[in-house]
Amino acid sequence: MQHMISVLVENKFGVLARIAGLFCGRGYNIDSLTVSPTDDSGTSKMTIVTTGDAAVIEQIEKQLTKLIDVIKVSDLTGSKFIERELALIKVKTKTSSRAEIMQITEIFKGKIVNVYPDELTVEISGGGDKIDAFVSLMKHFGIIELARTGKVAIGRMSENTASC
Amino acid sequence: MNAGKTLEVSCKKKIKGAEIVIRCLEKEGIKVIFAYPGGASMEFHQALCDSSIEVILPRHEQGGAFAAGGYARSTGNVGVCMATSGPGATNLISGIADAYMDSVPLVAITGQIPTKLIGKSAFQEVDVIGVTRPIVKHSYLVVDAKDLPRIIKEAFYIAQTGRPGPVVVDVPKDVQQQVVEMSDYPKKVKIRGYNPYPLASDEEIELIHKSIVECKKPCIYAGGGIISANASKELTEFARKYNMPVATTLMGIGAFPEDDPLSLKWLGMHGTVYANKAANECDLLLAFGVRFDDRVTGPVSTFAAHAKIVHVDIDRSEINKNKEANIGIVSDIKYVLRKLNEWSVKNDYNDWFESIKKWKKKFPLAYNKKSEKLLPQEAIEMIYRVSKGNAIIVPCVGQHQMWAAQYFTYTRPRQLLTSGGLGAMGFGFPTSIGAKVANPDKTVICISGDGSFQMNIQELGTVHAYEVDVKIVIMNNQHLGMVAQWEDRFYGSKRGNTVLADKRVLRPYPDFVTIAKGYLIPGKEVYKKSELEDAVREMLETPGSFLLDVHIEYQEHVLPMIPPGKSYKDTIIE
Repeated sequence: MQHMISVLVENKFGVLARIAGLFCGRGYNIDSLTVSPTDDSGTSKMTIVTTGDAAVIEQIEKQLTKLIDVIKVSDLTGSKFIERELALIKVKTKTSSRAEIMQITEIFKGKIVNVYPDELTVEISGGGDKIDAFVSLMKHFGIIELARTGKVAIGRMSENTASC
Repeated sequence: MNAGKTLEVSCKKKIKGAEIVIRCLEKEGIKVIFAYPGGASMEFHQALCDSSIEVILPRHEQGGAFAAGGYARSTGNVGVCMATSGPGATNLISGIADAYMDSVPLVAITGQIPTKLIGKSAFQEVDVIGVTRPIVKHSYLVVDAKDLPRIIKEAFYIAQTGRPGPVVVDVPKDVQQQVVEMSDYPKKVKIRGYNPYPLASDEEIELIHKSIVECKKPCIYAGGGIISANASKELTEFARKYNMPVATTLMGIGAFPEDDPLSLKWLGMHGTVYANKAANECDLLLAFGVRFDDRVTGPVSTFAAHAKIVHVDIDRSEINKNKEANIGIVSDIKYVLRKLNEWSVKNDYNDWFESIKKWKKKFPLAYNKKSEKLLPQEAIEMIYRVSKGNAIIVPCVGQHQMWAAQYFTYTRPRQLLTSGGLGAMGFGFPTSIGAKVANPDKTVICISGDGSFQMNIQELGTVHAYEVDVKIVIMNNQHLGMVAQWEDRFYGSKRGNTVLADKRVLRPYPDFVTIAKGYLIPGKEVYKKSELEDAVREMLETPGSFLLDVHIEYQEHVLPMIPPGKSYKDTIIE
């Protein structure tokens, strides 16, 4: 099962390598990983999407916690949380299809951020499912290039992800 | 009137980064370090010339790392080793990995090439932080000499608190040469992501107590965690108070006195049959400071299959890692034992002890005492007897390691120093040097094999140079005995590069006594059973170090043996 794990870490040299190394050395999967600054310049937040059974997820959480530079680990899966991802999608366009693409973009509350005669670049954000749905619709027109950020997430309740 | 203040400021003179490191080590109470100089670490050695710290120069950095580990294993205090960048640092790796696997407090300080050259594939450049990442508890690359006091303080704190482990501090040469004002050595450490002393709640203690009340066939399974926590006294009190049998792990040997009637000695692949039976057939397994290592459990699903498992460990990640616990408690084990010792439930467990008694009688540790040949088991027993069981024993890795663990009766923690997790050949000799340096008043005996000894044979030079009084026994069977044993058992005795003998010469090869002589260390060879006792006596009575080359049969196997991947029911007894 897929889990979303939020990790608050010291903003120090080599932290990402320690975490990536832990996943690789112990044979855990990383489906996506984002690193971003927090309101405190001394810390960063990583949002890791990973897959495993309950025992694997328990070990991932414990092994992460064991790293000296890790301050707090929260498995958001199973609790209430908000996840978002941002994608930039460059789509082939023809005069005949441009209007339809713009319409779909509007339905998905996306933005057109660049226009050429034969291509459009769309910015879209939201949950993973929404982006997947949008991407699959765009496939029909022809995707030239796609860039996704990976997920970031935050718990709805303050205790889920708050810094300690 | 600012004169006084000005004077004080100017007194705080500026010093080099390397000197700051040495001042910090002094403040940390370090008396001895094992250090090998090189281009990127000579600043440290220059600073050490003006320090009270004794520097022991190993003859190979790996020897230095193991010696520092031996210092730590035998005392519980942090051992310190040091090497230069690149090859110096990579030579430390086995020692660091060994400390990681066996939770030994170690600080390894490495010189690094100057910061402006990092990443340029400069001479003797290796990304030491990267290479050591999976085998350290933590590591630091120092980029500003001003950070050194805090980093050194943190390194020692992390290495020895909680579950101990190795910490690497990598210091580039320009940082060693950077001249700054040394700030005060911090008294306290604050690391927000690190809580080394979890304590069990009263409810958790209650849960253990309740399981004890309900059980009929309890067994204590005690590991190296007991020794790290200095909780042997508490464990011994607990076992006696509650009347429970104790099987230790290999790493836990000495945590409970083996001459106590409650002792089952140790369990696992080459442990006693009765320890394995008790651990597997009990209805309550009290797993204290252990990690359910595969050499103990075999396939985890069949291990202690019908027991309620109470697992207490200071490392949260060990709970449910290999074997799911019915009650998993993250705590300092000493605290838990003290709490449990406040009460007592004493049962006689008559039926249970009756079974154990039968097993002990039916399956003792045994070998053919009537053999006319000099058998390794007998040699170990002889060393035990002549040394009166008081010595610190440091085996290398292989058959002799198992025999040394089986045929000695260990009565105190830190008496057997062994590479349990990493199983590193070449471990014993340098480790015994560290142990002797830390325990000058105790007899230290390294029990090695002819394979293992050659992996760090160069440390004969260290032993001589610093007059380290280590007794070396080589169980010489001209083979890589443990692998040969597996060949005999599972590969039809087909020898895959496990023979060390040289057919062109008419004597065992090499001649270790002659090699020792070259290093000015006395030695003796023993071929016959009848010569053994006198030779062991001569070794122990000769002042200073001594090498005893004992020629034994390679056909001897370490028994009992639970074949890899099998359960205790498949134990090979002969």
